[in-house]
Amino acid sequence: MAPQDTSTTMAEPTSLAPGFAGIAEDWSSDQRTFKNVPWGKAMMWIFLLSDTFIFSSFLVGYMKVRLSTTTPWPNPSEVFALSFGGEPIPPILIAIMTFILITSSGTMVLAVNYGYRKDKNKTALLLLITALFGASFVGMQAFEWTKLIVDEGVRPWANPMGASQFGSVFFMITGFHGFHVSVGVLFLILVARKVWRGDYDTEKRGFFTSRKGNYEIVETMGLYWHFVDLVWVFIFAFFYLW
Amino acid sequence: MSNGMLEETQVIPLAEVEEVDLYHAHHWITKYVFCQDAKVIAIQYSATAILIGLVGLVLSWLMRLQLGFPEVFDFIDAESYYQYVTMHGMIMVIYLLTALFLGGFGNYLIPLMVGARDMVFPYMNMISYWVYLLAVIVLTVSFFVPGGASGAGWTLYPPQAISEGTPGIDGGIILMLVSLVLFIIGFTMGGLNYVVTVLQARARGMTLMRMPLTVWGIFVATILALLAFPALFVAGVMMLLDRVLGTSFFMPEMIVQGEMTSHENGSPLLFQHLFWFFGHPEVYIVALPAFGVVSDIISTHARKNIFGYRMMVWAIVAIGGLSFIVWAHHMYVSGMNPYFGFFFATTTLIIAVPTALKMYNWVLTLYKGNIHLSIPMLFCIAFILTFLNGGITGLFLGNVIVDIPLSDTMFVVAHFHMVMGIAPVLVIFAAIYHWFPKMSGRMLHEGWGQFHFWITFLGSYLIYFPMHYLGFVGVPRRYFEIGETAFVPPSAATLNEFITVMVLIVGFAQVVFMANIIISIFKGKPAGDNPWNATSLEWQTATTPPGHGNFGDELPVVYRWAYAYSMPGVEADFVPQNMPPGEVKRTDSATGPVAEDPPELHQ
Repeated sequence: MAPQDTSTTMAEPTSLAPGFAGIAEDWSSDQRTFKNVPWGKAMMWIFLLSDTFIFSSFLVGYMKVRLSTTTPWPNPSEVFALSFGGEPIPPILIAIMTFILITSSGTMVLAVNYGYRKDKNKTALLLLITALFGASFVGMQAFEWTKLIVDEGVRPWANPMGASQFGSVFFMITGFHGFHVSVGVLFLILVARKVWRGDYDTEKRGFFTSRKGNYEIVETMGLYWHFVDLVWVFIFAFFYLW
Repeated sequence: MSNGMLEETQVIPLAEVEEVDLYHAHHWITKYVFCQDAKVIAIQYSATAILIGLVGLVLSWLMRLQLGFPEVFDFIDAESYYQYVTMHGMIMVIYLLTALFLGGFGNYLIPLMVGARDMVFPYMNMISYWVYLLAVIVLTVSFFVPGGASGAGWTLYPPQAISEGTPGIDGGIILMLVSLVLFIIGFTMGGLNYVVTVLQARARGMTLMRMPLTVWGIFVATILALLAFPALFVAGVMMLLDRVLGTSFFMPEMIVQGEMTSHENGSPLLFQHLFWFFGHPEVYIVALPAFGVVSDIISTHARKNIFGYRMMVWAIVAIGGLSFIVWAHHMYVSGMNPYFGFFFATTTLIIAVPTALKMYNWVLTLYKGNIHLSIPMLFCIAFILTFLNGGITGLFLGNVIVDIPLSDTMFVVAHFHMVMGIAPVLVIFAAIYHWFPKMSGRMLHEGWGQFHFWITFLGSYLIYFPMHYLGFVGVPRRYFEIGETAFVPPSAATLNEFITVMVLIVGFAQVVFMANIIISIFKGKPAGDNPWNATSLEWQTATTPPGHGNFGDELPVVYRWAYAYSMPGVEADFVPQNMPPGEVKRTDSATGPVAEDPPELHQ
């Protein structure tokens, strides 16, 4: 008779073979292609790949309209300048926003690290700090938008400085990115609350999904957050430096 | 396992993932309406897709009535004709075919075929369906808003799609774009589920190279969709902004009906690039699941293993990859740089190589097989012929020089209906006849199925073969009425009448099919667990239809690939994937271990 080991004995967590041999082994194995990777994390990676195509399409669209318009493109270092005491400093606000967002990636890394150690207080605190950085980024973006709309008369369909597509693309792409950051902030707060309450220590079931909660979500959340930061780097480069 | 023989003492791999705990519904609302079971979601998806598909079918009848008998039907004017064209195309391509193959068959078959309890994120899966339903409702509402549905043509090319004079620019185009964006959001939630389930939630022993080709087709198609729909999403958002906020992404400076528009300097070509970067992979999002389903059905009903399984898998992957670098062959006459055309013509023709490979492998699977001409098999053979026909006209249109005179004629209409209209729909029918017994526990009526098959198959050839000819003589597509021209002979009108009559006859056969489904649910012959004697896991469930959690108390363990038909030295002509080697009954003369996977799978 063939072995009838259909019992629920679990395998030990798989040790990963190094290099290409290990990759080939994982892909030709049963059950899981990415060993020891939780479902949520695999899902987030694939989602981010899809989201990358969205942002790439937006940016390629931006490049195309910028190249094909016959009206001159406004000079970003003038448009985005802030003046302190009469001296215009080119993209100072954007520099601060970028700095804050990148810093928030650092606090997110720490949160993930403490999440692995199941240190619930530190994890929750660091998640909240990350959320706070994210919220202040969105706040500054709101300030920037207000300044452009109210003071400088930039509209999605036209602007006094040059090509009308400048405003269209700016509001569309930074708006879409800002939406990503806002969603991230919201989820960071939700996850922080759950960590704080100890939901992931007691494996409390989710309200909607009725799945047991665990600290893996902190890392999944982190992937999303780093992605949003990375996208900002490209938007920053293509928008404010070009 | 380098020699491909699984010794009887082979240790079964231990489970790496704990059993998931499923959400058990306590109320009929969570059991049948807001249900998290992939099988129920699959049926919801399929039913919605088929219903909206019937709307698309009726629209095609109305179009054909106008083309066959111009100036006879007063209620069809030029505006409503364009609305029919637009809505028919969009409904059929996205809301019927994409939703039915991925949302319907994907949801039903992936967990069952890879041996999982359910999709990995059942809650998200449920939301996916409800967002899809919302998208369908928004699309349907656009028929009833002032100005009616959009009449921009299914490709929605700007500037005409959102300029004065095009039907439906008040509300129709806005609702169409909103509906597309919703569809993409809903699909993404489902698509992530399908991909992660295939990658991370297979049964013990189920390696990627033991998966049935249906799962491979749906899997690769879902990846294509996750990477291609973003371009449509972006195009949709930008056009929505152009229409609602007055931006000029796609809108150049122009004079419409004697007045300068407020738009300036936009790039209509950008929309075409974005649209076709989605649009071409979309062809394969529909075709790849069809390829997979055909491979499985042919193998099962010819009692023979699929020829060249490895090649079939790599051909699916190669076609998927190539489909991302051929999009501009839809744009030879768009005014883009002609040198582009050379590149895209080359890549387009390269796709013919893996596709032809699949074609040969299907035929070689049938060769010397024990062919059962059951209804699913008939539909699959019809698919092979139809796809071959559509593919060959694709070679004409893929070459720039031949494409330019044929562009925007009925030849193009005939080509894409053969290749991505009729061909995938034939596979959908095959799949419904094949898996309906598993979904309902009852067989569909054989005689009615024969009637449905022959009318549909022969009828669709009688519709589309003459259409190629119409294209050659220069009958343009998308014209409400040709009127009298110097170059179109009067016989074209007769041919158009003939086509219209055939369309109505084929349409009637679909009514018979719907009746067959509805009656068979209640009165069909009981099917048993495995009416086709198939090997793959969905036929090995404890109950039919499978219960919540798919496999009863214990998940199956997989010992071999899905094509163990007519194996030498084995009594039965099929060995289920989950039958332990020791339980396989041998013929008297045979000795030694049972060959499990063919050696080529382990190289």
